[in-house]
Amino acid sequence: MLLRKIAHARAGDKGNIVTISLIARRPKDFALLSEVVTAERVSAHFRQIIDRPVLRYAIPHLCALNFVLYRPPSQSVTRSLALDAHGKCLSSVLLALSLDPLPPRNGEIPATQNPGWPRQID
Amino acid sequence: MELAAKGSVDWLVFECLAERTIALAQKERLLHPDAGYDPFLEERMEAVLPLCAKQGIGIVSNMGAANPVAAARRTMETARRLGLFGLRIAAVTGDDVLSEVRNLSPDELQGVPRQKLIAANAYLGAEPIARALAEGADVVLTGRVADPSMFVGILMHEFGWPADDWNLLGQGTLVGHLMECAGQLTGGYFADPGYGDVPDLAHLGFPIAEVAQNGNAAITKVEGSGGLISRATCTEQLLYEIQDPAAYVTPDVVADFSGVSIEGAGANRICVRGGSGKPRPEFLKVSVGFHDGYVAEGQISYAGPGALARAQLAREILSQRLRGYPLDELRFDLIGVNAIAGDVLPIIACPPQEVRLRAAGRSESRHAASMIPREVEALYTNGPAAGGGVVQTVRDSIGVVSVSIPRSAVAPVVQLEVS
Repeated sequence: MLLRKIAHARAGDKGNIVTISLIARRPKDFALLSEVVTAERVSAHFRQIIDRPVLRYAIPHLCALNFVLYRPPSQSVTRSLALDAHGKCLSSVLLALSLDPLPPRNGEIPATQNPGWPRQID
Repeated sequence: MELAAKGSVDWLVFECLAERTIALAQKERLLHPDAGYDPFLEERMEAVLPLCAKQGIGIVSNMGAANPVAAARRTMETARRLGLFGLRIAAVTGDDVLSEVRNLSPDELQGVPRQKLIAANAYLGAEPIARALAEGADVVLTGRVADPSMFVGILMHEFGWPADDWNLLGQGTLVGHLMECAGQLTGGYFADPGYGDVPDLAHLGFPIAEVAQNGNAAITKVEGSGGLISRATCTEQLLYEIQDPAAYVTPDVVADFSGVSIEGAGANRICVRGGSGKPRPEFLKVSVGFHDGYVAEGQISYAGPGALARAQLAREILSQRLRGYPLDELRFDLIGVNAIAGDVLPIIACPPQEVRLRAAGRSESRHAASMIPREVEALYTNGPAAGGGVVQTVRDSIGVVSVSIPRSAVAPVVQLEVS
């Protein structure tokens, strides 16, 4: 199951920082969100675009988590050559995180059965 | 327009200034001394001034950008042309701190060479706006002001909030922060079909905040307008661009949103309360814009069977042909495959039927940068089969770094004139 099923998200930016809020669609899912979507898990998900571990803040009564991602200084909004220099699309990229248990890194599982796990394209 | 006509509002706020906008506007102003404010200022004022004047609706906006005085003058002319006399129009200046920033050390300037500086603007707070309103301004035009401060300035003026009541300012900042992106509070930037549906997004209504003396607010919109105000849309906007929810720093206060409550109060009506605050910072954030070489880009599409392989071949050809040019940075993206999230997202087993190759780079030399789109165009005749739809751009790049300066080094000024 993808995170999108139980949560919605919005990304914002300041310089080389991207913030992503993650909010449970139903209050009863917040406990699962809070348990599974750890700062470590989000750091691993975005490891190719960040240069420091992700920070996580929680506001339990709003069923919300807030993540702070640090991109390299060369990837600030005004310097980045990326198509999405702000990183605004990254909220939806977070929602692609799989809530299923992580597969082994060198496992035999085909990518199609394993949508949360990135692999090289070429 | 809809808010002025049907919103029964007392104030309209236009927040129009992104991080880099003011440096671009400053470049304009250097070429034309009467320019440097928002290019849509006149159009917007023409649309709302008659209604606002008739109903006594005040206007606060940062459309002054790099030249609030010229923006006020232009608004004055617009008002007179529309037959609106007696309007009091204020310009707030003092955010331009380029001369102070020129004296910072290379370390403080984060390596930006002094001769490359274009603009340096401190984020002003609510106080000069409240002061302009106290002097009777109907329209206040500012340059760089923290976005929520435009709302806080109005609330300070309306309710006589002291500039050191941190909890009230924290709650006012909460209201301003929610409102500052307009449609992002009322269902814009939210719709995800099948998961988060928003009715009639094409006719998105902008938000109205009904604020009480104690800062508690109800968020609503004009009845019959499109969009959605829900706990979900408000919670997303509450956390938008926020790092630590307990310490959101503005020139007015260090606001604490960790105890905020967001409660439904009927259809498209949400009550927000519980914002608080701690004393404001002694330093102000300054956005410094500088010349940062040239950025150029070219794109070309491939379609049908083998589209991805041909785009990859084109990428390899480009990287060989561009070798030897003095490029500080060069990147390739396969749009539709990896342009947004790199390799974070999994590749779907089915190969894409359309791929767009994008090459983008930066150089101190305009000629070297422009070789990137030129070489992309050359892929038509000298690259893989069936490339099409080339677009090319070359532009000046403006970098922005943030520095801070003591509050005491910044002196906001209010100038008021009557139409």
